[in-house]
Amino acid sequence: MATTADNFQAHTDGHAHDADHKPGFFARWFMSTNHKDIGTLYLIFAIFAGIIGGAISGIMRMELAEPGIQYLQWWAEFMGGTADFDTSLHMWNVFITAHGLIMVFFMVMPAMIGGFGNWFVPLMIGAPDMAFPRMNNISFWLTVAGFLSLMFSLFVPGGTGPGAGVGWTVYAPLSTSGSTGPAVDFAIFSLHLAGAGSILGATNFITTIFNMRAPGMTLHKMPLFVWSVLVTAFLLLLALPVLAAAITMLITDRNFGTTFFDPAGGGDPVLYQHLFWFFGHPEVYIMILPGFGMVSQIVATFSRKPVFGYLGMAYAMVAIGVVGFIVWAHHMYTVGLDVNTKMYFTAATMVIAVPTGVKIFSWIATMWGGSIEFKSPMVWALGFIFLFTVGGVTGVYLANGGVDDVVHDTYFVVAHFHYVLSMGAVFSMFAGFYYWFPKMSGKMHSELLSHIHFWLFFIGVNVIFFPQHFLGLQGMPRRYPDYAEAYTYWNEISSLGYHIMAFSMVFFFINIIYAFVAGKKAEDNYWGEGATTLEWSLSSPPPFHQFSELPVIEDHHDHHDHIGDGKPATA
Amino acid sequence: MTTATLQDRKNRTAMLALLAAAGMLGLGYAAVPLYQLFCQVTGFGGTTQRATESEAAIAERIGQAAGGQQISIRFDATTAPGLGWTFKPEQVTDTVTIGQRDMAIYLAKNNSDRPVTGTATFNVEPEQAGAYFNKIQCFCFTEQTLQPGQEVRMPVLYFVDPKALEDPNMEGVEQITLSYTFHEAID
Repeated sequence: MATTADNFQAHTDGHAHDADHKPGFFARWFMSTNHKDIGTLYLIFAIFAGIIGGAISGIMRMELAEPGIQYLQWWAEFMGGTADFDTSLHMWNVFITAHGLIMVFFMVMPAMIGGFGNWFVPLMIGAPDMAFPRMNNISFWLTVAGFLSLMFSLFVPGGTGPGAGVGWTVYAPLSTSGSTGPAVDFAIFSLHLAGAGSILGATNFITTIFNMRAPGMTLHKMPLFVWSVLVTAFLLLLALPVLAAAITMLITDRNFGTTFFDPAGGGDPVLYQHLFWFFGHPEVYIMILPGFGMVSQIVATFSRKPVFGYLGMAYAMVAIGVVGFIVWAHHMYTVGLDVNTKMYFTAATMVIAVPTGVKIFSWIATMWGGSIEFKSPMVWALGFIFLFTVGGVTGVYLANGGVDDVVHDTYFVVAHFHYVLSMGAVFSMFAGFYYWFPKMSGKMHSELLSHIHFWLFFIGVNVIFFPQHFLGLQGMPRRYPDYAEAYTYWNEISSLGYHIMAFSMVFFFINIIYAFVAGKKAEDNYWGEGATTLEWSLSSPPPFHQFSELPVIEDHHDHHDHIGDGKPATA
Repeated sequence: MTTATLQDRKNRTAMLALLAAAGMLGLGYAAVPLYQLFCQVTGFGGTTQRATESEAAIAERIGQAAGGQQISIRFDATTAPGLGWTFKPEQVTDTVTIGQRDMAIYLAKNNSDRPVTGTATFNVEPEQAGAYFNKIQCFCFTEQTLQPGQEVRMPVLYFVDPKALEDPNMEGVEQITLSYTFHEAID
């Protein structure tokens, strides 16, 4: 089937309108309208932001390695504040805020949606590019501007010290009357910019997927990764404006005398929490759904079987997206909800375990009887399935209003959401990265280094986060830089795990360098016969412009096998 | 199909998507009055109710018919930081017959050297009692201005709705705490 590749490439002979004719460096990377280049920019940006966000978590784990305040005074002075006790504690709030916002808005979202979404949605549906290439460019640079605004906020006054120390949730009244100075304004503005970028991006994906699928590719023949991005785009489109409304109210409460969240003027701070979590809960599915999609592609490829229960998998994601909008108050069980409200939100939250279970069991069923190859993307995907399930189980615990009263805002919650994000989302991103890196770069990475990276990372993150379950159940609260001595033992181990995880990342970067310096040239379809979606019909890397003759999906093609006899539409 | 129609279809989809986003932005703002309305109507989160004299008279008769059961009311007063008032209830607890109207007095004194206009926020604990706690008159309905050093006695005229006796969620509730917090009014 690799022989069909030439059919889909536009103008392989090198004349002036060559498919591979690229603009100059500045125009190509700074004024880019090419979905693959923008995808690359997003991935580079996400890796860069991930290094910063990951370094901040290193500072936090260092501080938490033993009881007492060790390093925060130094950081307070470094960031331009005084080294007194209050400012030191404020620095802690700044670090948790920056870590959360960077990882959510500037690492996971850009990598999954901006990076892999931009690169592979058009390729997988047989489209020449995204629907609105220039809007795509705006989306990316808005995200970068948002990141700069957040970085800038770290160095301006935020009340008790430099930086915005309000948590990623930016709860009022801490974020309104509790934090004077421009830092919180810049942090909120950063969310506005990133949010606007994501809304435009979501519009672009929806338009692309609805209007630009190759002839014959019905919605029910789309690869599951495309389905996952489609559902994610709808979640972004419906959730982010609510966040925008809430944080705009924060801005006017802070600067223009409105009292949306101030009881003195008839407002209610709990309303902010409702608005935030109406966005915040869909947001956690935004962060994981594209990962679901990638894992579906990968498990199918390396089991050499179409995914089990394709329609169930697609509509499970739709169901997760829909139900994700009506469970938000399970983040607020302790604000004073009555028993009936808690019962509803507990039940609704638990319902989400059903479509999620459909997905987990379908991945397992896909592997059942398959001809499994444990290549680098597959081990990361398997790690994802296992660790995401662990995080899902603690999620079912926490869904109970009564249980949450006990463990609310403890390290148990921290452990839970890091199992689903820092392991779920991140493992799926590494899986996707190793799956598609040779396709994007044209160079093969080292399987050995990928496996070393996997095992060290797997051990590292589990050593970090598993003990945090114990700490949480013992009552250690989150968001404090200090703790009672009884919590020392598991905190030491957790900090040790950070070193293992950080060490594993060395192999990731060496692997990228290795691929570019000494990596073998990647074939069109380097994963072999299990990989049957349209991106494998193109060269590695694909030509600058692809599918100038649209591929045709024939009646006998199913949702998985799109290459088959591969006649172009016009042939 | 021609390129023009593809472009039209793309524009239409994008417009619909952006309209949906704009609609959600509007709903985000609409949540402010809707939330307030929701709390007032349902007594959610311990939001108390307002009643008229005639409603109070009906409640009194129903309460008597229901056997004249009694309930304890606890009064609580707080001030926001920086207000400069002393604010406390004259009586800490009171026992009333359910349905019977009763008056409670709060005392407020402006200790600062400037006139201060305050506004009181309120709710009751337990929260499920909010729907049954009716105020006929309250100092919290309007803003209160106190001159420097001025001291006032402020009344609350209230009753507990006898419907509370039929609500299974109210079973075992022997005391309702009525709480006020005075803030400096923001214009």
